[in-house]
Amino acid sequence: MEFISIFDVLGPNMVGPSSSHTAGACSIALMARKMLGEPAARAEFVLYGSFARTYKGHGTDRALLAGVMGCSTDDVRIPRAYELAKEQNLTWRFSCNETETEVHPNTVDIDLTGITGKTVSMRGESVGGGKIRIARINEIDVDFSGECNTLIVVHKDRIGMAAHITSCLSQAEINIAFMRLFRESKGDKAYSIVEFDGKLPEHTKEKILLEQDVEHVMLIQIREG
Amino acid sequence: MMDFKNAAELLSICETNRIPVSEAMKNRERLLTEVTDQELTSRMNRVLEIMKQAVNEPLENPRPSMGGLIGGEARLVNRRRKEGNSLCGSLVSGAIAYAMAVLEVNSSMGLIVAAPTAGSSGVVPGVLLSLKDAHGFSDEELLPPLYNASAIGYLAMRNATVAGAVGGCQAEVGVASAMAASAAVELMGGSPRQCLESASTALMNLLGLVCDPVGGLVEYPCQNRNAIGAANALTAAELALSGVRQLIPFDEMLGAMYSAGRRLPPEYRETALGGCAAAPSACAAAGKCHLHS
Repeated sequence: MEFISIFDVLGPNMVGPSSSHTAGACSIALMARKMLGEPAARAEFVLYGSFARTYKGHGTDRALLAGVMGCSTDDVRIPRAYELAKEQNLTWRFSCNETETEVHPNTVDIDLTGITGKTVSMRGESVGGGKIRIARINEIDVDFSGECNTLIVVHKDRIGMAAHITSCLSQAEINIAFMRLFRESKGDKAYSIVEFDGKLPEHTKEKILLEQDVEHVMLIQIREG
Repeated sequence: MMDFKNAAELLSICETNRIPVSEAMKNRERLLTEVTDQELTSRMNRVLEIMKQAVNEPLENPRPSMGGLIGGEARLVNRRRKEGNSLCGSLVSGAIAYAMAVLEVNSSMGLIVAAPTAGSSGVVPGVLLSLKDAHGFSDEELLPPLYNASAIGYLAMRNATVAGAVGGCQAEVGVASAMAASAAVELMGGSPRQCLESASTALMNLLGLVCDPVGGLVEYPCQNRNAIGAANALTAAELALSGVRQLIPFDEMLGAMYSAGRRLPPEYRETALGGCAAAPSACAAAGKCHLHS
């Protein structure tokens, strides 16, 4: 069973009005921003289910936009997200998909383009109490919460890749809490998601990238510094 | 240092080690995470700081909610209290006013602490900060009751639910009220057994409460429900501190709440299709909100 902390009960510290529709939305978008690894220049959001039906009354749109700009759930700038986006030359588009019903009721697809042209596309679900689940990255179905420090390695699906990643981590004395590989089909592109304790040194990330079949490494540190 | 899965285990840890509920909850956190005492204190101080701000802001500068259904109610109640005309007395009217204030902040996109949820975020700060007024407690003295409240909320999250969409308002304001009752009992010097009995009483008295937000917004009747959650917590704490015993232990009360919640028709679980939300006046008011896309 998942650990419930004191601050899962008295928390999250958040801008209202809804832990799922405001705080959860903000956290999903912040995760997208961290995956992008640079400030976003363009953000497109597709809202599903309850998100699509009630987003204005819950400030879901402002929370998403603020998250993309790096705001956490307790950032008091969330209500001013539209003004903030204009100041930062971030352009955005919201659309609703109310025909697709085979999704979690609080689902959003986020497509980001960064200031240097990097892109990331992901699907997030707000699963209640401000908790989230990342369900898809760049068309590949994944499943992780982003509550721990997380390493996402995009690589070719072949023998030895998991060993390469874990060997880099063990050399940095990083303890793995969770590791899972997601792939489209055998031998194609794969996503290894690793949740770990502690802080990953920057050179470990570079070391993982040295392997030629590693395409991309995304690092999401929850507790900075 | 031990983990606990239910209220019976929590009580046994408290009684064996002669420690309050707050201490058992802190011990559990230390045992299961790498958190230091300093980090715990600093994070809980931040929680208290946000709660204090949220309680005070609407008393001075009320803002309308996003949907325009509420705004300014906390100031009205507090004004009457300050004039010395309160019907319930300063402690209860303070708890009511403060609980309502937090909901106003939440519904106008202000900063709150979900406790355990955003929709029920007024109850715990309402009760504790009104007790602070009445008895002159310091900020430091409010930290143990906050840990205590989190223990009760943890048991509800672990063994039942705190989501209105799953269990109705009894799971949100009901649990918040149980948390506040138990916290109040510890703050006023009650025993761990009395804490758990007050939590059981508070939940019992809101059993079956439906979640029926007008227009689907966290505004009305949510604000009123936070007021009753606070008053109910003080009532439950009063019973426990007076030595009134309860037949049903907190674990069983959580089971009863969870079971009742899952049997609620969907109309009464946050869908805005039943209860208050379906009343003609509420539908008319929600139509005016123009917030649904």
